[in-house]
Amino acid sequence: MRELTDFNLVPADNGGAATLAFSGPMTVASLGAADTRLRNLSDSFNEIDISGVTRIDTVGAWTVWRLSRDHDAKITGCSDEAQKLVDAISKADSNAEDVRAPRLPLLTRVPAHVGEVMIDLGRGMLQVVGFLGQIILSAGTLIRHPGRFRMKALVHQMELVGVNSLAIIGLMSFLVGIVIAQQGAVQLRQFGAEIYIVNLVGRLTLRELGVLMTAIMVAGRSGSAFAAQLGTMKLTEEVDAMRTIGVSPMESLVLPRILATMIMMPLLGFYSAFVGIVGGAFLSSITLGIPFFTFLARIQEVVPLHDVWVGVTKAPVFGLIVALAGCYQGMQVKNNAEEVGARTTAAVVMAIFTVIVLDAFFAVFFTNIGWG
Amino acid sequence: MSEGEFPIRVRGVRNVFGSHVIHDGLDLDVRKGEILGVVGGSGTGKSVLMRTIIGLQIPDAGEVEVLGDTITDARDDADIDIRSRWGVLFQGGALFSTLTVAENVEVPLREFFPEITDELRHEIARYKVLLSGLPAEATAKYPSELSGGMKKRAGLARALALDPELLFLDEPTAGLDPIGAAAFDQLILNLQQTLDLTVFLITHDLDTLYEICDRVAVIADRKVIAVGTIPELLALDHPWIQEYFNGPRGRAAQDSQVRHDAVKAQISGETISNDTPSRAGPDEA
Repeated sequence: MRELTDFNLVPADNGGAATLAFSGPMTVASLGAADTRLRNLSDSFNEIDISGVTRIDTVGAWTVWRLSRDHDAKITGCSDEAQKLVDAISKADSNAEDVRAPRLPLLTRVPAHVGEVMIDLGRGMLQVVGFLGQIILSAGTLIRHPGRFRMKALVHQMELVGVNSLAIIGLMSFLVGIVIAQQGAVQLRQFGAEIYIVNLVGRLTLRELGVLMTAIMVAGRSGSAFAAQLGTMKLTEEVDAMRTIGVSPMESLVLPRILATMIMMPLLGFYSAFVGIVGGAFLSSITLGIPFFTFLARIQEVVPLHDVWVGVTKAPVFGLIVALAGCYQGMQVKNNAEEVGARTTAAVVMAIFTVIVLDAFFAVFFTNIGWG
Repeated sequence: MSEGEFPIRVRGVRNVFGSHVIHDGLDLDVRKGEILGVVGGSGTGKSVLMRTIIGLQIPDAGEVEVLGDTITDARDDADIDIRSRWGVLFQGGALFSTLTVAENVEVPLREFFPEITDELRHEIARYKVLLSGLPAEATAKYPSELSGGMKKRAGLARALALDPELLFLDEPTAGLDPIGAAAFDQLILNLQQTLDLTVFLITHDLDTLYEICDRVAVIADRKVIAVGTIPELLALDHPWIQEYFNGPRGRAAQDSQVRHDAVKAQISGETISNDTPSRAGPDEA
């Protein structure tokens, strides 16, 4: 057990004010408990005696100095070392105000926070629209100066977004195909209509699930990566460095990512739908007795071509949203590392939420134009 | 050897990164109460040596003893006791970016001495910040709102939070303007004298070496090739040492130190005989 600081009040002989006498070590490790008692001390004293102190550091010196300042007491019994420390502290402390980070009471803090969130939300909406405008403008510039287009960056991003995610999207789609076929079969069997499993799997994956699941996967894989990459580049001033060299971050960072996602999304969506159908066919051949190739052949008959177009039309829009959310949030990072994390989360949430909302609108829209 | 005399003892340390040997058989003793400057060319492993001493880098061979405890075979939790007895200032300050300056200083206090009341902890953080030469307003600021020099001072305040016996400084004056660097040198010297610190100081700044270092250790050829006061080092004829201290920049720092001492001596009333330095200029280069 370590030694602790101790003190006691010694009343003066002549009935005057008392002396506060310290003993033991007065260091950061020993002062914790004594400090609490000292702060509750109500008696007055006009002398602080530290001749009984065995060891003192700046925390001890601060405590002594604070007491002498607040109680207008004089310090006695200082060793040379203690004197040196007390002098250093008193020099630093004098005429410096105590500044603390302002902290509002709870009742004010909560509404204030809610208000801030709402204002940020509104401002964020405007900024996203502004960001989209910037992208369109720099895309316009690129069309006029095609030489400045970053083909290498685009291809690299296409590889990251598209090729590298083939395995995970394939596996996910295959499993989703199996689940639809299996669950669908359970229901359809009640009507003896198992053969409609082909319609169910084919239309559902091509119209909806292929693209939607892919968008969610790409948001999690690439949208978050965009936000984290660009955010870190903002923090380390790489983006500023680019600007000073005359390289537009919009052209070299944002546009390749957005274009790459918009190009890869239809391909990935179609691929996902295809693997989903294969998954359905695989399960049907095992449990329903529909031969694998018969299943695939039936797909051609029961799935109208416009189902493919529905999926393929939605895909680039979803790609735009995912990449836009990632790049926008990444470019908003400033100050500190915590914000990179917060912005990355925001990018993924924003992307997935918007994609699902838009998908609902698309569903109504395509049905109404007769592609039901 | 007793712990009292040499708070840091490094014996036969070998650090290898891939096929690149940084240190091989490196020995170093740091005396209690001194400011030891560590110099060496870029890439000679000054920072790696510091990281080895404070246990962030485990050497491939050799032994490091800090304040009587062997760092090299200590586990993380076992050497916690020593961690509260040293302070480290990293090159960029390494402040926690999500905390204010005061909260940064409070982190080690909270970690090692949770029994300290919030009130006292805040007061400690505040006077440490003031001792480091920052204005009181800086306590409530976030690191991103501070200039480079202020970040270093805030980093120093955090390094001093627990009243350490040992202070490790990695290029404290790098990136500061000459006035700021000189002020930082004086700050380190004052704190070292007031708080009886032993300081391990990595630097490229020749003025810092002349101004505040008691001894200088030179790292070259994968080991510490010499330790001593600057005059002692100047007497050696190792090519790197000669080039370092007698190159144009070394000369300039040396001359300014001589002038500085002369002024100090005059102020203090002592007469100086005849040799006002007149060696400036590249005549011998």
